[in-house]
Amino acid sequence: MQGISTLRRLFFSSTFIRIASAITTLFGISIFVFLVLRVIPGNTITGAFGIETGALNPQQIAELRHYYGIDQPMIMQYFSWISSFLSGNFGYSYATGRSVFALTKVALPVTIELAFIGTILGVIMGIAIGMFSARKPGSFRDFGGQLFGLLALAIPGFVLSTAIVTIMANKFHYFPNSLEYMAPWKDPWMNFQQMMFPGLVLGIAVAAPVMRTTRSALLETIDKDFVRTALGKGVPARKVQFKHVLRNSLIPIVTMTGIQFGYLLGGAVIVEKIFAMPGMGRQVLEAITRREYATVQSSVMVFAIMFVTINILTDLVYRRVDPRIK
Amino acid sequence: MAKKKEVSQRGAIHYYLQSTSGIVGAVLLLFMIVVSICAAMGWLPHNPLDQNVDNLLHAPSSKFWFGTDDFGRDVFSRTLDGMRRSLTVSITAVSLAAIVGITLGILGGYLGKWFDMVITRVSDVFFAFPAILLALAIVASLGNAWYETSLAIAIVYTPIFIRVARGPVLSVKEMDYIKVSRILGFSSPRILIKHILPNVFAPIVVQIALSLSWAILTESGLSFLGLGTQPPNASLGLMVSDAQPLAAFAWWTLVFPSLFITIVVVGLNLVGDGLRDALDPARRSS
Amino acid sequence: MSQPLLSVRDLSISTVQDPRILVNDVSFEIHAGEAVGVVGESGSGKTLSALSVLGLLPRGVEVSAGTIDFDGNNLLSMDQESLRKLRGLDISMVYQDPMTALNPVMKIGKQLLEVIESHEELNENSLDRVRQALEEVGIPDVNRAMESYPHEFSGGMRQRVMIAMALILSPKLLIADEPTTALDVTIQQQILALVAEERQKRNMSMLWITHDLGVVANLVDRLVVMYAGRIVESGSVKEIFTNPQHPYTSGLLSSLPTTTDKTRKRLTSIAGVPEKPWLVGNTCAFAPRCSFATQECRSQAPHLVGTLEKSVSCFHPVGRAR
Repeated sequence: MQGISTLRRLFFSSTFIRIASAITTLFGISIFVFLVLRVIPGNTITGAFGIETGALNPQQIAELRHYYGIDQPMIMQYFSWISSFLSGNFGYSYATGRSVFALTKVALPVTIELAFIGTILGVIMGIAIGMFSARKPGSFRDFGGQLFGLLALAIPGFVLSTAIVTIMANKFHYFPNSLEYMAPWKDPWMNFQQMMFPGLVLGIAVAAPVMRTTRSALLETIDKDFVRTALGKGVPARKVQFKHVLRNSLIPIVTMTGIQFGYLLGGAVIVEKIFAMPGMGRQVLEAITRREYATVQSSVMVFAIMFVTINILTDLVYRRVDPRIK
Repeated sequence: MAKKKEVSQRGAIHYYLQSTSGIVGAVLLLFMIVVSICAAMGWLPHNPLDQNVDNLLHAPSSKFWFGTDDFGRDVFSRTLDGMRRSLTVSITAVSLAAIVGITLGILGGYLGKWFDMVITRVSDVFFAFPAILLALAIVASLGNAWYETSLAIAIVYTPIFIRVARGPVLSVKEMDYIKVSRILGFSSPRILIKHILPNVFAPIVVQIALSLSWAILTESGLSFLGLGTQPPNASLGLMVSDAQPLAAFAWWTLVFPSLFITIVVVGLNLVGDGLRDALDPARRSS
Repeated sequence: MSQPLLSVRDLSISTVQDPRILVNDVSFEIHAGEAVGVVGESGSGKTLSALSVLGLLPRGVEVSAGTIDFDGNNLLSMDQESLRKLRGLDISMVYQDPMTALNPVMKIGKQLLEVIESHEELNENSLDRVRQALEEVGIPDVNRAMESYPHEFSGGMRQRVMIAMALILSPKLLIADEPTTALDVTIQQQILALVAEERQKRNMSMLWITHDLGVVANLVDRLVVMYAGRIVESGSVKEIFTNPQHPYTSGLLSSLPTTTDKTRKRLTSIAGVPEKPWLVGNTCAFAPRCSFATQECRSQAPHLVGTLEKSVSCFHPVGRAR
């Protein structure tokens, strides 16, 4: 009797539901990715042989189709792909001659590091400016803060990046990103310099929504009763700002941070390209151009897994931030 | 009932006109629409594709207001033409996304059960992706023509309309007067039109403005990567990309297309915010 | 008569944007050790008057005239830091809604410690003082309570915590804004008893806001009756209850259900609704609902006339004969 009720509690616990739902979403994504790529004109054969495909005769093509497994019905192809993916076989990149898994292993840390730096910078800037704005709503400084938010949003990342490249490389002749990329464990100083500019561009992009969220959350909290109680106790204004107002505004800010981090993992494609960062974004971009099924499919799945994980983690974090949620 | 709605919508326009940022946004947006129309009509000082070999990379002058690029083409005309393209693609994309998204959202919210669940799950799948990545993948499969880019962007932004339309439907559905209407035998389509659509109107209008701004950024991002409008046609993102090696000594090749993108996005955001404030029932308590 | 501890003179409070008067020319005083009750319906301006003492008026509302003196200092002209030092130490406040008045993400113990922290250096005794304060207000299992969050407590318990927070530094004046309104009747009685006891122990002054005359009868020494932002009558509890002079006050008293009246009469109420303070012109605010109103009442505003023991603002105070 005891065991059954514990099992039931386990199955219906919110964490379980969330993880189960995440897994279904991931399967959905895998199906979607699989299908989309089948729509692309050309297939693995043209991808591997390029122009020379035209020189193949029908029997060679049939043999190749069998070899690559593309003569199987769609469903079989899907299942064989999914099972190899889940066992760590991400496919093979013909253009680079390496397994996708090996490529990903190198590219993923770059993207994660960049996304991390961008998010941290963005959150710090966003919260600071949001607090600055919310102190005196409707004032000149509020206007300034909101103007920053608007411009940070409206100036495209590629414009900002190009401007930085132009100024730094051509005017100041300082451009660490033109040198070979250094991982942080190989050369931390060079790595820092190379992460700096793209991190800043991404940070500015993140700061805009974080600032907005912070500002509106703060304004909503400031009118709450417990803030008045704190002031009425004689707590100094600065402390009220941080310990009472900001602390209670954290939930939407944490949620937004999670969303932004997830977004940066996949959305930094253009910045990675401009600053020559060898990350997942650049990998996917090149693979798409080369019509490399395997690389694109697996890379996109990796992205999807990351986003979904971030979602779950964000959820867990704000369970800790708000003791009211059980 | 109908009268109240009229007054509140007229009141909304009045309220909107009192917001400075809303007016500024509308002006900026209008400016961009006007220049796009000019470009579409061909009312440009120069042909955007015309190359003037003896005028390569000239700074802005009375003849070439925004200067010329490395092919001797007039940056001003190209910028306006590029804006026209961006707006065309974005408006098409967002219109499509809105129509499909709103329909699916309302149907899902109204019909409920597994239909709703399927729609929600599928759009959740899309939500997991950053727009640029998704658009990238789709454009790669479809192609570079403007309508294909539009379709890609439309697919990316449909889920948000599904979500925005679904919300009010769900909350209105629970309201007592709807239940009473159904008991009294009013037909579903009638309930839909009379009660649900007015509630969905406000968030949708706001979302359209915001989605347009994102669509423009995505479209120019795609062009920047070479996956949108192809040369020699003018496109703002492509112009920025071409300006990369030139900007150090020909600032106008970078500044003007960038400025136009920024202005139209700022305008759309201000308009979206202004609409949100004007249509928000909460502010009516004053 | 010695200097009053708190002296509010000609206080007026209005909105900042398109000014509307909310509290009109209000004056009262509280002496050391004295408890004064302010009675009125919602909208009468009683809460705003109380908030203005500690400078806690909400955004968009400000003091437009008058003075508030505490212990010889004008609170309205004080700088922010001096005012902050007073709060929680010399003057404390307890608020109406215990469900929203505590920080939901901070532990109870910490919230109490904060009061001490804001005024003194913390030392090894500080935690004990917090424990003691919680015990005094009747919180069971104090150690566990200190580690708990507000949402783990009932409304009555939260109110006790608020009282503990307000009293921990033994303020000279306690301002209470309807702290029992949101609670069950039985809990209400407990809280009232608690406050009465604490007040006796510390010989503390009190400003008690309420809309319920019945509640304050045994709690305070003097009463101030407010209507539409003005004071209509004030005096000792005995005087007010036995000889109410303003028609509004006698209306309030007769609407109280009594346990001694054996005849099962309907509860009487005062017909009509209170006027908004900013809409009252140069007339008596109560005139529209007053059965004794004359032309004079509708053409001039009456003033508060009398002594500490008894004063009334009316052209036709109801005499001793009733």
